[in-house]
Amino acid sequence: MTYREALSAGIEAALNADPRTFLMGEDVGRYGGCYAVSKGLLDKYGETRIIDTPLCESGFVGVGIGAALGGMRPIVEIMTVNFSLLAMDQIVNTAATLRHMSGGQFNVPVVFRMACGAGKQLAAQHSHSWENLYAHIPGLKVISPGTHTDARFMLAQALADPDPVIIFEHVMLLNESGEVAGQAEAPMEKALVRRQGQDVSLIAYGGNLHKAQAAAGQLAAEGISAEVVDLRCLRPLDKATLLASVAKTHRAVIIDEGWHSGSLAGEISAIIMEEGFWYLDAPVKRVCSAEVPIPYPAHLEQAAIPQVETIVAMAKAVMEGR
Amino acid sequence: MSNKLHINRDHLLEQLKQMVRIRRFEEKCAELYSQQKIRGFLHLYIGEEAVAVGAMAALDEDDQVVATYREHGHALARGLAMGPVMAEMYGKTNGCSRGRGGSMHLFDNARHFYGGNAIVGGGLPLATGLAMANKQQQQSSIAVCFFGEGAVAEGEFHESLNLAALWQLPVLYICENNRYAMGTALQYSESEMNIAKKAASYGLQVAQVDGMNVVDVEAAVRKAVDAVRDNQQPYLLECLTYRFRGHSSFDGQLYRDKAEVSEWEKKGPVKRLVRWLTEYNHFETEEMDQIERQVEAEIAAAVAFAEAGEWEAVEDLCKDVYSPTPSGDAV
Repeated sequence: MTYREALSAGIEAALNADPRTFLMGEDVGRYGGCYAVSKGLLDKYGETRIIDTPLCESGFVGVGIGAALGGMRPIVEIMTVNFSLLAMDQIVNTAATLRHMSGGQFNVPVVFRMACGAGKQLAAQHSHSWENLYAHIPGLKVISPGTHTDARFMLAQALADPDPVIIFEHVMLLNESGEVAGQAEAPMEKALVRRQGQDVSLIAYGGNLHKAQAAAGQLAAEGISAEVVDLRCLRPLDKATLLASVAKTHRAVIIDEGWHSGSLAGEISAIIMEEGFWYLDAPVKRVCSAEVPIPYPAHLEQAAIPQVETIVAMAKAVMEGR
Repeated sequence: MSNKLHINRDHLLEQLKQMVRIRRFEEKCAELYSQQKIRGFLHLYIGEEAVAVGAMAALDEDDQVVATYREHGHALARGLAMGPVMAEMYGKTNGCSRGRGGSMHLFDNARHFYGGNAIVGGGLPLATGLAMANKQQQQSSIAVCFFGEGAVAEGEFHESLNLAALWQLPVLYICENNRYAMGTALQYSESEMNIAKKAASYGLQVAQVDGMNVVDVEAAVRKAVDAVRDNQQPYLLECLTYRFRGHSSFDGQLYRDKAEVSEWEKKGPVKRLVRWLTEYNHFETEEMDQIERQVEAEIAAAVAFAEAGEWEAVEDLCKDVYSPTPSGDAV
């Protein structure tokens, strides 16, 4: 099935599993979801479970938070992470803080789903990767399904979590076909080694996971054994898994569609330096986006974001100790 | 109407006592602030007590209350014990939010008191969501949201009212119009200064009330609560009030005349009720003295409670950022 269908199956399973769960967001009902993820669900579950909202991100995101406080299990869809900036106050100042500020009296079991990433020539206001902003915030959990199985099962894991969870779904994955396992592969907070290797760790997540895997394939043909680590969860980070991989391969390249400066890749690089410095045979490298609002023309857009060739070149550079 | 106001002498004396509790508690807070026992921002509610006291008397125990950063009065009127509220001001672990929130973030799960929100307008969507949960779960409780007139300029006000009216949610918005958003008077921030009228344009039922009169506030809130609960629809009540002190402890009040403040102080909610009681109910000085003595003792006990409280162990710094329950129970 496609990644889109896997997401949809996950939503449907969640709606079936718990009557407190509902899906709310812009165009999720009658339109069928702007990326067609929730197509057909309105007919099946009705207006009280599949709720079309007006265009008011701060309002309906806050309503989702309030509904979670009131005992519901809302799935709030924000059309793209770019629009979530309008709701950032509610997510950061309310959802993320309530538990701590109330001395543990109130938790907020809400799940936010948002599309992210570039590659569809949608220009700067629809193509950004803001995962790092949310991964910066204590009180939030941030996950990113890079495989079809994760697309199918991470939502249920997020809903089972008593705290606010944000799920980032990369737009370039939606039409990809893939296998879905019968159950979740691991708890959502665990990073997984997707390909075993000896020479270099390629650390990626979400939409760039398959680029890392493709790069590993090309490197193998050239005699370089690359290990692919799928972070899956961006907050909290599964440091143990990524450090174990670096301890084994002694080299790391981090792939992240966020801008180079201030990227999540920078944080991971710092973790490796702080806790895995003595494992390293070469400086850690990052493959990130260029320091530019993502442009509209295809050739410039592709030049701005991580590519398989860049990952391969960077892996070769670290192999040579550059 | 299921929720009619029954005015009798005992009830009015109780309302008077509640207002005096809040007034004296905050005066004590101001004193403790100057002694640096209380730190951070301190937003006093003095002058506005009739709104919280009148409103809370009309709510059920299960109704949910969302308040702002000027919420000492709401917390005390809602039934939070004074000791834990004072201890929260101190930042001690026996505070109502374990000392994590301070003055602006009072919380109490048992009393359905959802803070204590220091983002202007931030509580409006939250209360709207609580109302949505009540409706979905067919509970009779309603959500009540207090906010100042400054919040009316925020998008959250408009987004929340639109959603509440669109989805017919049982939420009562109580605007405490004290005329100043920090130091900016309403006339400099709103094109339409009648807030009830603004809300009516979204299709909400609305009313305005004299927020300096506790009896009028209670009557208006009882009527509003009935409308919200019985008809499952949103309602906005605008309470016209005034704060006698500055916006916060750092406010020199350069934006308004002293004469204006003293004019409003003559209309103060405590004075007003005392005058009314004296005129119609043979209210004696002795009764006021008794209330003052009771309140004084309660405040002394609350300060002692806060003084005796412990500081959070630094080892617990990162406690309660996340819930203890492990995640990962896959379907």
